[in-house]
Amino acid sequence: MSARSVLEVEDLEVHYGLGRKRRRVLDGVSLSVSNGEAVGLIGETGSGKSTFARAVVGLVPFSRGRIVIDGQDISQAKARQWRDLRRRGVVQYVFQDPLRSLDPDLTVAQSIVEPLLIQGISSAEAEARARAFLGRVRLDPELLGRLPGELSGGQRQRVSVARALVTEPKLIMLDEPVSALDSSNRVQVLEILKGLREAGVGLVFISHDLGSVAGLTDRIAVLYQGELVEVGPTRSIINNPQHVYTRLLIDSAPTLRSAAAKRSDREQLRALLHT
Amino acid sequence: MMAFAARRETESRVAAPPVAGALLSVRDVHIRDRATNREIVHGISFELAPGQVVGIVGESGSGKTLTCRAVLGILPDQLVVSGGSIRLAGRDLAELSVKEWTELRGSTISAVFQDPASYLNPSIQVGPQIAEVIRVKKKVRRREARDRALELLRSVRLRHPESVYGQYTYELSGGMLQRVLIAAAIAADPQVLIADEATTSLDVTVQAEILDLLADLRERTGLAQVIVAHDLAVVAQVCDEVLVMRQGDVVEHGTTEEVLYRPQHEYTQLLIAEHEQYGLERFLDIPREERA
Repeated sequence: MSARSVLEVEDLEVHYGLGRKRRRVLDGVSLSVSNGEAVGLIGETGSGKSTFARAVVGLVPFSRGRIVIDGQDISQAKARQWRDLRRRGVVQYVFQDPLRSLDPDLTVAQSIVEPLLIQGISSAEAEARARAFLGRVRLDPELLGRLPGELSGGQRQRVSVARALVTEPKLIMLDEPVSALDSSNRVQVLEILKGLREAGVGLVFISHDLGSVAGLTDRIAVLYQGELVEVGPTRSIINNPQHVYTRLLIDSAPTLRSAAAKRSDREQLRALLHT
Repeated sequence: MMAFAARRETESRVAAPPVAGALLSVRDVHIRDRATNREIVHGISFELAPGQVVGIVGESGSGKTLTCRAVLGILPDQLVVSGGSIRLAGRDLAELSVKEWTELRGSTISAVFQDPASYLNPSIQVGPQIAEVIRVKKKVRRREARDRALELLRSVRLRHPESVYGQYTYELSGGMLQRVLIAAAIAADPQVLIADEATTSLDVTVQAEILDLLADLRERTGLAQVIVAHDLAVVAQVCDEVLVMRQGDVVEHGTTEEVLYRPQHEYTQLLIAEHEQYGLERFLDIPREERA
């Protein structure tokens, strides 16, 4: 592969809980993402997909494995190195619900410039950049003085994308970025993300719904009960899924093509999966 | 736009069963907010025959949920049906007394919504809550109500109906809870079921299980349904006829094939384009039967 990896995860294992309640949430997960590549990490509730994303940004400790971000091995990173990595903003995270991830007491402008001020950039320059990034996510500069509560869902999600972009990250983890949005807003956010991919940013889409993001991904990784059961180019995963769970996932995704005929297939796959 | 919607409606009526046989008949229904004197739904019409499934698609605020609420007689206080008529099983809903409404709900028309947990009492086991519906609506003894509730839990394909009967809401997954709610909704053998975003918060595989269950109920019992969703693909999967709503207007109305393959309104075209560009469809090899 000629493109450089922005993310390399090898044999990642994460446990939650202590003592007898300790259980494994991720088991030997390996995944890499190149510059300008978009990977869909698909799995159901409890599959460990959000845990994976959280481990990559250092929000969850892992018990085994290696994570390399933009050439820097963070597996043994001390708190100071993590702080440095976050400060540079190499990797960013966009959450599903921007109402909960944006500080309700900060205006749009304050939210967007905050990561830059942490980097030590002067407030005048930070403001100028915030204005520019608002344009990149197609938001009116008039919104700069508003609070998150005064914005629509689609506007809020675009503000969180703008906030993630100001540090010019190499990698963005997107946790169900469009699930809470109506169609017209969803298309706008997806178009912005498409532009980022073309600009060379690595994207990881985390979703339970392959159908909502498939069109933007180069590869799909399917997580089931903490294990990566299948990874491959999107087209071949969709048209030729191998694992029983992946087959059920593809057959379950609502599409505009006649899906009713798949009912008996789904019945069989469910029976297979639960035996 | 309106002229077009009317034309499509006439077309679809040709294929639909005669109006006389309609279970539910919604004609040019307008809904108005009395507090602001603003009209929110500007005229929606559709007919639902026994065993038929009609879908309504639209964004939040498009009026799809309010239309359902009007049909169920549970509009919020300040909202009124300000025009048109709703007939259910031959009766004009505007003329019903509160008591008549209560009799109709559950036994003729029933509904399931998003977030099933909020419709069940968290401190009572789920089984007895269904049995209670049966006892009141069917006027049977407790023992018989319990047996019937168990039978219902089995009929909504819950794997272990006996153990689910004695469980509390927090012990069940979202998909299991929605099955319990569907069991409760069909407990008094209604003829019409309204499912308003009933699969929205569920995992895709679980959503498909619930949609398959609804299709199964239709085949087994002839249950007519109104399926409301924001995803056109969800509705297309289970409905004979689709209405697309936007800001209180019906912008498209036709058979599922018409809406999917010959969409007229730009909003419907946007919904389809989104799937074609960003969805699974972009990569799907064209199946054999569509290659012709």
